[in-house]
Amino acid sequence: MKKSPISTTSEWTFELIETYDREIGKIAEEYGLDTYRSQIEIISSEQMMDAYASVGMPLGYHHWSYGKQFLNIERSYSRGQMGLAYEIVINSNPSIAYLMEENTMAMQALVIAHACYGHNSFFKGNYLFTTWTDADSIIDYLLFAKNYLEGCEQRHGIDEVEAILDSCHALMNYGVDRYKRPHPISAAEERMRQAERSEYLQKQVNDLWRTIPKLNPAEATEESLRFPEEPQENLLYFIEKNAPLLEPWQREIVRIVRKIAQYFYPQRQTQVMNEGWACFWHYTLLNDLYDRGLVTEGFMLEFLEAHSSVIYQPPYDSPHYSGINPYTLGFKMMIDIRRICEKPTAEDRDWFPEIAGSNWLDTLKFAMGNFKDESFILQYLSPTVMRDMKLFCVRDDDREPNINVSAIHDDSGYQALREKLAGLYNLGNREPNIQVYSVDVRGDRSLTLQHLQHQRRPLAANACEEVLTHLHRLWGFDVHLNSLDDAKVTQHFQCPPAPENIPED
Amino acid sequence: MSYIVDRRLNAKNKSAVNRQRFLRRYRQHIKKAVGEALTHRSITDINKGEKIGIPTKDISEPTFHQGQGGSTDNILPGNKEFITGDSIPRPQGGGGGGAGEGNASDQGEGMDEFVFQITQEEFLEFMFEDLELPNLVKRQLKGSESFKTVRAGITNEGSPGRINIVRSLRAANARRIALTTGKRRKLKELENQKALLSEIDDTLKDKRKIEQIEADILQLRKAIKRVPWLDDFDLKYNLHVKVPTPSSKAVMFCVMDVSGSMNQATKDIAKRFFILLYLFLQRNYERTEVVFIRHHTSAKEVDEEEFFYSRETGGTIVSSALKLMNEIIDERFSPSEWNIYGAQASDGDNWNDDSSTCFEMLTQELVPKCQYFSYIEITPRNHQALWEEYEGVKAAFPDEFAMEQIVSSADIYPVFRELFQKKSA
Repeated sequence: MKKSPISTTSEWTFELIETYDREIGKIAEEYGLDTYRSQIEIISSEQMMDAYASVGMPLGYHHWSYGKQFLNIERSYSRGQMGLAYEIVINSNPSIAYLMEENTMAMQALVIAHACYGHNSFFKGNYLFTTWTDADSIIDYLLFAKNYLEGCEQRHGIDEVEAILDSCHALMNYGVDRYKRPHPISAAEERMRQAERSEYLQKQVNDLWRTIPKLNPAEATEESLRFPEEPQENLLYFIEKNAPLLEPWQREIVRIVRKIAQYFYPQRQTQVMNEGWACFWHYTLLNDLYDRGLVTEGFMLEFLEAHSSVIYQPPYDSPHYSGINPYTLGFKMMIDIRRICEKPTAEDRDWFPEIAGSNWLDTLKFAMGNFKDESFILQYLSPTVMRDMKLFCVRDDDREPNINVSAIHDDSGYQALREKLAGLYNLGNREPNIQVYSVDVRGDRSLTLQHLQHQRRPLAANACEEVLTHLHRLWGFDVHLNSLDDAKVTQHFQCPPAPENIPED
Repeated sequence: MSYIVDRRLNAKNKSAVNRQRFLRRYRQHIKKAVGEALTHRSITDINKGEKIGIPTKDISEPTFHQGQGGSTDNILPGNKEFITGDSIPRPQGGGGGGAGEGNASDQGEGMDEFVFQITQEEFLEFMFEDLELPNLVKRQLKGSESFKTVRAGITNEGSPGRINIVRSLRAANARRIALTTGKRRKLKELENQKALLSEIDDTLKDKRKIEQIEADILQLRKAIKRVPWLDDFDLKYNLHVKVPTPSSKAVMFCVMDVSGSMNQATKDIAKRFFILLYLFLQRNYERTEVVFIRHHTSAKEVDEEEFFYSRETGGTIVSSALKLMNEIIDERFSPSEWNIYGAQASDGDNWNDDSSTCFEMLTQELVPKCQYFSYIEITPRNHQALWEEYEGVKAAFPDEFAMEQIVSSADIYPVFRELFQKKSA
């Protein structure tokens, strides 16, 4: 408490930001946070809106949907319906964090702790990010993508490119490998191999559709019984490799969208953990700053006010309720893990025998590194947090007249709550499970997809039809989709729509 | 530890292209909205931006997602009164509710319209798209009576008042360097030689040689000096040339019938039409003047307020207004300097005898002087004599004269577009 505070007013300067960053960095190092080097960029609110509209990517290709996003943000912002995010951080090396110039010094320090040390170390440490994304080359790849698409627009016209992008975006969530480990994106290689690849790919595709009959017809039918041999989960990949009519440049666009989807896939899977981790660290780091007498009470009040509004969870019946706040859930769980390690109760020893009383820092880092939201909740959601948040589970079954409360935060419910909540964060349950089932290679070349229902939940029909038109544009021939509940087809879509009754195949 | 970069001065319109793409894609929607806005707007704020609404379903980006039905489990926070096994009646309409996405990302869903703002510029752009004032090009070539002097570089000849000092001295300097370099080099050599020779001991000195060198040096110096410091052909002059400027002035005559048969609603429609024309001219000319002429049995030039809002009664003699317009043109707006546009609005009433006078006025005097003369008849009724006479004018001047009928205010914009449609070449 002998040290004097770094600053006493709320104004920030570049020197102050540097000093705060250095001090926060020191403490982070004591905790052993492993980060990429960060690049802090000060931007204005207009620039923040731009960054927001392009999903935080520092450079992206042009598409009307980003314009729509931008108009939406601009409108809500100018009407005061929405504050801008204090920060955006990009998973790259160096990791880029945007700070808004309007923020006060306390907010800037909060953002530095949150983004440059919290998110940053998460990007570097979590297994999903390290195996699925390549922080070193993402900026290069985005640049490659942008330039490539601009070239396409010049050669083939904006409308053509837009049409392909529309179709790809509709399938973007199905452009990821969920189970296969991907090759990291490398921009330099990408450029070098691009021309070669497109030529080669075209040849391969043509080979698949070769119409010259084989010498031995019996063998041929045997072989062509089934294509693809196994159902394929990555629709865009399948299109890129097998769609018969796409031009090489269109294939490349499919690939770009797919690669970008893959890059964002880990973020979609680790929202709770990522935000929880970042909140935990800004909370811990700034409190340490205060303990060392580096910041004033005024600073702390402002920080705590911002912090508590970020992690506020409105109850289910509040007009502000819009789902479980990932910041709240994540932060509470992280804090609770530390508590379990440091001051375990009997209940904790019962539920978490292996971490109760262990070194909290090691435990927390292990949790950060080796889980995604689903498994993290399944592993670490403690009864304390469930009681704290007063979680309860409702089951809405269309065969029942009423909605049922199936579990609440009590002894008999903890286990069920935890499983159900983890299930909600399983992308496989959240998004319909749709796979490429078969292609009629010898017939009308139609593509058949299969949807396996989760708890009998059907597909939303309108959206599904629209997506199929996009898929049809990419594939070039008829597209069918069967929705299955226990091997029984309950819904059938096709594009172009059948004139009369749909002939079952 | 970290790099800190100030990016505030970087371009902030990174999304401008994407925004343009959006406007481009939904062009049809926006045009429709602009057209509607125009008819509902009050006149004074016609020059503003506009809020555009597009049905959300038209701009949604579809993805596969789960529909209603089946069984869903949802976890909610903030339990107050429920215990396990409680049964709650299903809320009407709402249904299952999505999984805990917990982000603000689904903001705006459920709204019927996607609403956004376009700027005034964009609004006008959409409003005047595909429209073009007829004969604009012709007049720009023809009406070249006024000139503007513009700079056209540097020349070797000119009047002393136009001397460009910097260029002249630069040229002189270059000339001097070019003419004396060889001599200077020689001079230097000789001076070096002289220095070498004079260093030698007095007795051994070759005095004659030194003298010779000194004479040479003197001659060289003189030669160098003879090069003039400033010569005639060093002088450079600024060149100004006269360019004919297309006349950028326009005058618009608003002629309106204010006789008893015109009610306020009809006048309002006329007013909107005039405003559109005015805005349109404003965009095409540097300076646009407006002359308001109202008439019943006699015509009068008035200010805008009086033009639109004062009431008169009585019969109608259209030719009186046309006569006045002609007089004003002769007095103040010479057709060689001004682009003249006439816009006449009336309900079609006229004294029958007068219509033929109008025909003569227009064909012989007015239309030849005008760039364009448009007539709108605001009436749901059948046409009368005036319309028939005007049709004759139209036949005589198909390019300069246009006429349309307007029934309600919703017709204004289409009619306006019709009148000023880009004529394909």
